Amino acid sequence: MDIKQLNNNYPGGINFLLTGVGGQGTILASNVLADLGMALGFDVKKAEIHGMSQRGGNVISYIRWGEHVYSPIITSGEADIILAFEKLEALRSIEQIRPDGMILINDYAIVPVTVSAGLSEYPDNENIQESIEKFTSNAYWVKGQDIAEEIGYPKASNVVLLGALTALLAIGPKDVLRVIATRIPQKYYSYNEKAFDAGYKSMLKKSD
Amino acid sequence: MKRILSGNEAVARGAWEAGCSVASGYPGTPSTEIMETFARYPNAYAEWATNEKVGLDVAIGAAYAGKRAISTMKHVGLNVAADALFYVAMTGVEAGLVIVSADDPSMHSSQNEQDNRQFAKFSRIPCLDPADSQEARDFTIAAFDLSEQFDTPVMLRMTTRICHTSSPVEVTEQQQQIPEKRKYPRNPAKYVMIPANARRRHPVIEERVSELSRFAENFPYNRIEYRSKSLGIITGGVAYQYAREVFPDASILKLGMVYPLPVEMIGTFSGSVDKVIVLEELDPFIEDQVRLIGIELYKPAKPINSDFAHTKSIFPITGELNSAIVRHAAHRAGLINVDIKQEPINLNVSLPARPPTLCPGCPHRSSFYVLSKLKVPVNGDIGCYTLGVAPPLSTIDTCGCMGASIGVAHGAAVAGDQERHVAVIGDSTFFHTGIPALINVAYNRSNVITIIMDNRVTGMTGHQQNPGTGFTLQNQATVELDIEKLVLACGIEKVLTVEAFQVDIIEKTLKQWMKEDGPAVLITREECALLPSARKRYLPLQVTDQCNGCTVCFRIGCPAILKSKELDPKYQRPLAVIDQELCTGCEICAQVCPRDAILFRNQVIALRKSEVG
Ligand SMILES: Cc1ncc(C[n+]2csc(CCOP(=O)(O)OP(=O)(O)O)c2C)c(N)n1
Ligand code: SF4
Ligand code: SF4
Ligand code: SF4
Repeated sequence: MDIKQLNNNYPGGINFLLTGVGGQGTILASNVLADLGMALGFDVKKAEIHGMSQRGGNVISYIRWGEHVYSPIITSGEADIILAFEKLEALRSIEQIRPDGMILINDYAIVPVTVSAGLSEYPDNENIQESIEKFTSNAYWVKGQDIAEEIGYPKASNVVLLGALTALLAIGPKDVLRVIATRIPQKYYSYNEKAFDAGYKSMLKKSD
Repeated sequence: MKRILSGNEAVARGAWEAGCSVASGYPGTPSTEIMETFARYPNAYAEWATNEKVGLDVAIGAAYAGKRAISTMKHVGLNVAADALFYVAMTGVEAGLVIVSADDPSMHSSQNEQDNRQFAKFSRIPCLDPADSQEARDFTIAAFDLSEQFDTPVMLRMTTRICHTSSPVEVTEQQQQIPEKRKYPRNPAKYVMIPANARRRHPVIEERVSELSRFAENFPYNRIEYRSKSLGIITGGVAYQYAREVFPDASILKLGMVYPLPVEMIGTFSGSVDKVIVLEELDPFIEDQVRLIGIELYKPAKPINSDFAHTKSIFPITGELNSAIVRHAAHRAGLINVDIKQEPINLNVSLPARPPTLCPGCPHRSSFYVLSKLKVPVNGDIGCYTLGVAPPLSTIDTCGCMGASIGVAHGAAVAGDQERHVAVIGDSTFFHTGIPALINVAYNRSNVITIIMDNRVTGMTGHQQNPGTGFTLQNQATVELDIEKLVLACGIEKVLTVEAFQVDIIEKTLKQWMKEDGPAVLITREECALLPSARKRYLPLQVTDQCNGCTVCFRIGCPAILKSKELDPKYQRPLAVIDQELCTGCEICAQVCPRDAILFRNQVIALRKSEVG
């Protein structure tokens, strides 16, 4: 992987914001990104909030790579890259993105109870896209859940997204897979490799 | 070797490296993973205590017996353990004792905000406040040494951001060897706190504070970083990170020990910079002490327009800090100039909220559904079941701290409140502080109805073992406490245990008890739906074409029940549909559906068989 190029594209390091809903595997993805940053030679901080968020609430983690990282928290306008595991949460986090930062959105909805109870409405894709365009022209969509289901491992959408992100960042896929391997039980590795490859390829097609 | 550890993992690591061999605590976000990590180390004893006070007493006993010991808790846990804290501050210890208080600025998962550095000062024990995982590990080791050197318990004060942020930590593979076989102290003058002895101990601990303050002058984790002399910042804990980020050129006095303070060091630092400020999260803890020393802190030219400026000079007194908040406050105080290049863009759409909810298949749901129909006042407690407050169940009327439900309900009852009062409490919370309150109900004969929601685990904090589960923190099989027998022994005569998913029995029982006088306890028993053994029984249910969109099943607030796009032809209401990924098959919805439009588990199985056959 080319750390020089990463440094050129992101001179102050990279701030990642991961957002999703409890149970979507954001924790594994943020662990992988933290390990990867360290393997690349960066100082790293990874912050997440546990607790009430586990009960179907929103889960956010911040991963910061840099020469020296101080604050664990990313504030408004500081996220270089947002990885959104769920569409509504993509929208909820968009104010955190830096001008023209990158957002990768999983085209997948988890309907909150407030919607099924009739208290509010879930925005449609056009609405989401429109709102996001106000902040950045750098938005990518991936059908992470569909892809994961196609390969027969619906739980691996998080790894599909990591594959897609790897393609967008132009990092070597082997290096990321090596880190993933250290974070999951060996018996699930081949599934995850498949999921990763599928996500990676889906993004290569788009960015051509 | 460097590895990425969370602050909590780093504390556990530090404790292990320091030769700590006994840990006792009670779960509580953000502290829980310290115990869970420590429990996996070799040569370490770790236990979940029934509450924080018991946990601290246990650690104290171990430290009296000559073993290095640690007790962990969230900030409010120290309120429960305060009695123990104050006596052990008086007695001191034989081997190192570290008390970890994990504070939760911004209350990510807590009922109140409090700054437990105050407890250190209140009880006269030193307080270390790490700023990242490396310091969490280093300070833990230092805390054990300090504890023995000064014959005092030491507080390691963590905050959510330190506990749950991971960063690289240098560790060693060596464990310090603590001398074996010390005799349990026979030293009543020091360890028996009758008034005569306690009176002699108080001056001793006041003198200890003075000694510690002198020691703090050369404590390696108090350090001065000189950069530009135009601004000097005194800071500690996570606030140091924001200081570095927002004021990269400022000189910094970084306090690793925030109580007691190094008076001379602060004087020297303040004298060598043009202006001094204190940057800290929550209370003006360092700030007040620095002012008392007689240091003049920087005053903004024009008074700051802040609601709480009378208590803390520049930075907010409420909530967690971050670099944006610090930058903004510094700008307002005239310390820096932030050029606001462009107005921040606003999203300008209101998004559906995603509040935490009871999981699909949660055994607490049925009781709340029944209580919402009965419309009685419900005094709640702390746990997953606090989520019974959320719409559409909207059933909890009060909730303060762990164990409060039963006492508060009793108070309303003896005050002669017209309505019949109900208390709801989880199994772990019942063991924690519910039992004395229930005995009080029985003893003083109020007619409170208590529902003990026994989901066979300590759920909210991430599924810990407790005295009802039959296993310990280190996975040893143990006795399984019989709640019903315990309730009987408390003096409650009317007790019934039911399966939590039996909506009709819960409803019938409560309605019957409402008509009768006297205290009663209903135990609703069923495993938390997230436990591995419960997951094995998942079987998603189905809605049939009998559904007419009557909305009754929507009112139980199960995330697995969705409104479909299809409308009922007669009433034009959306029909119900069940998410096959989320539904566990708990059958609560099937029981409440007035049209039998939701198939029960055996019906689903029969249907599947017929489809295959
Ligand atoms: C004094 C104190 N200690 C710890 C906590 C953290 N805490 C919140 S809920 C809870 C456990 C609740 O378990 P249980 O009563 O079994 O209910 P469940 O969550 O399983 O429904 C704990 C430990 C707290 N809020 N206050
Ligand atoms: S974790 Fe268990 S007890 Fe808590 S809401 Fe979910 S199912 Fe209910
Ligand atoms: S309760 Fe029964 S009839 Fe009413 S909406 Fe639900 S499934 Fe349909
Ligand atoms: S059976 Fe009904 S109430 Fe239970 S999880 Fe499934 S949809 Fe929810």
